[in-house]
Amino acid sequence: MERTPSSPTDIDRGRERLVDLIREALEQAGPAAPPDLPGLARSLKLPLSEIFGVASFYAFLGVKPRGRHTIRICRSLPCHLAEARGVRERLEKMLGIEPGQTTADGRFTLEVVNCIGACDQAPAMLVDHELHGRLTIRKIARILKSYL
Amino acid sequence: MPQERVVLKHCGIIDPGDIETYLARGGFQALQKAQEEMVPQEIVAAVKASGLRGRGGAGFSCGLKWELARGAPGEEKFIIVNADESEMGTFKDRFLLQQDPFTLIEGMAIAARAIGATQAYIYLRAEYHRLLPGLDRALDQVRAKGFLGGLPITVFEGAGAYICGEESALMESIEGRRGEPRLRPPFPTTSGLWGRPTVIHNVETLMNLPAILNRGPAWFHGLGTAESAGTKVFSISGDVARPDVYELVLGSTLRELVMDLAGAERVQAVQVGGAGGRLLPAKRLDTPLCFEAVLGSGGVVVFNETRDMVEVVFRSVSFLAEESCGQCTPCREGTEVLLEVLERMVREDGAAGDLDTLQILAGVLADASLCGLGQSTAVLLRDALAYFRADFENRIAQAVYLRGLPAQRPA
Repeated sequence: MERTPSSPTDIDRGRERLVDLIREALEQAGPAAPPDLPGLARSLKLPLSEIFGVASFYAFLGVKPRGRHTIRICRSLPCHLAEARGVRERLEKMLGIEPGQTTADGRFTLEVVNCIGACDQAPAMLVDHELHGRLTIRKIARILKSYL
Repeated sequence: MPQERVVLKHCGIIDPGDIETYLARGGFQALQKAQEEMVPQEIVAAVKASGLRGRGGAGFSCGLKWELARGAPGEEKFIIVNADESEMGTFKDRFLLQQDPFTLIEGMAIAARAIGATQAYIYLRAEYHRLLPGLDRALDQVRAKGFLGGLPITVFEGAGAYICGEESALMESIEGRRGEPRLRPPFPTTSGLWGRPTVIHNVETLMNLPAILNRGPAWFHGLGTAESAGTKVFSISGDVARPDVYELVLGSTLRELVMDLAGAERVQAVQVGGAGGRLLPAKRLDTPLCFEAVLGSGGVVVFNETRDMVEVVFRSVSFLAEESCGQCTPCREGTEVLLEVLERMVREDGAAGDLDTLQILAGVLADASLCGLGQSTAVLLRDALAYFRADFENRIAQAVYLRGLPAQRPA
C-alpha cells in the first residue's frame, strides 16, 4: 500500500471519521433495526464490504441491532478472581438472555468482554459508558432498575 | 528501593478540573522553559541524556525516537498520545487521566515542540469514554491560557480493540480502518499516520517530561538502574489486600510491590505486564522491575496458592485469542489451536503430547507473528512451561488415568 504522500495536501482523510460515523449510525438505528451501513457506504463512496469490515472489527461497533443499553461485563482474570462468573450468571438469569443477545423488549444487550481497566474495583461492568464496580449479586437488580 | 512520586506528583493533590491548582504547584513551567529558553534540539538532547524509555511496554528510547522523527523529511508531523491501555490488569493510565490530565498535556506539548509536530492526537480507549469530559475540560483550560500555541489537538475515541494499543494498529484505527498492525519498516518516525513522521507515546511516558526539564536530565538519569532511568507506575490487582496504583523507582523488586505495598499473602504466581507479559512464580519475587529484567506496561495481577495455574494460562490465552486481529495466520490460527488444547486440559481431558504442542506453537508464534500480540503469547507459554510445568503434567496425567479406568457398569 502506498503510504508516502509527497505533500500535505494529498492526504486523503476521507475515512478519518469512519469509526465515529459507524458509532453514530448505531446510535441512530436503535433497538429495532441494524445500522444504516449501506447509506454510509454510499455517502462516503466506499465499498460496503469496507464499512462492514470496520464495523465488525471493533467491539463497541457492530453490524447488528443493539438494545437501548449495552451491558459489558468483564471476564478477564482480575474480575474472574473476584467471582465475576456468579455475577454474570445472575445477570443472564435476570435478563433471560445469553451473552451476545438482546432482551425481547429491546432494553438491554449483554456482552462479556475483556479487561475494561477497572481491576481495582473487580468485578466490574460498563452499562453504556457508566462504570459499576465491586459488583455483587445483590447489587445487580438495583443497577438494572436504574436503566429504563 | 523507595517509592518516588515523579509521574504521580500531583495526583490526589491538584483538582483535575481546575488548571489554577496545577499552576500553583509549578505546572507548565517546564513547557515555558521549553518554549522560551530551549531550541527543539536542546529538548531532544535533554531527553536523550535523561535516559527516558517508553512506558507502554516496549521501552524504546524516547530521545532516539524524537531524533528520528525530527530528522525525517516532511512539513507535517504528528504526535500521538496512546491512551488505549487494555492490557489485562492495567489501569494506571485511567488513574493518571482522571487525577492529572494537565501533566499529560504539558508533556505532550513539550514533545510536540521537540519533534516539530503540526498536530496532536489523543487516542482514548472506548471503555474510558467517561473520562472524555474531564480531558476536554482540561484541554480547554490549557488552550485558554495560551500554552498550546496553535497546536491542534484531537481526542480520538477508540471503539473497543485491544490490538489498537499497538502503535501501528492505532494509526490504522485513526485512519478509519480495521486495527491491523503494519509491517515494519518503515517505522512510524519516518512513515506513520497518513505516511507522515509520527511519534507515539504512552500517557505515562509523556508525564515524565515536565519533571525531566524542571529538575534536569542528570537527576532523572540518577534514578533507577543503568538501563532503566526513572520510575514506573504500576497498577496491581488480583489476590492482594490493597489493589491500587503505585509508583516505584525502577529496579525495585516485585516483592516490594506485591507484598509490601499491595499486601499480598501466600503468593503462588504474579503476572507482570498483562496476558502477554511474564508469568512468574513466587520464588522469583526478588526479580527487579526494570527493562533489564521484567517490566511491561505496568499491569500486575497476583494469584494466591489456591488458584489453578492451568486455568490462569487458559484464560490469558483466551484473552489473546479473542483480541488477535486476524491479519497474520500464525497468531490468528495459533492462538485458537492453543485455546483448544488448553481448554481440553482445563476440563480434565488433556492428552500425552499436549505439552509438546504448546512448545511447538510457542516457537511458531514467536518466530512468525507480525506483531507483539502473537509474540507475547509465546512469552506466556514459555513461562507457563518453565515455571508451572508440573501443574500441566499432573493435569494431563490425571486425565490419562481417568480415561484408562474400566467403564462403570450401570447399577
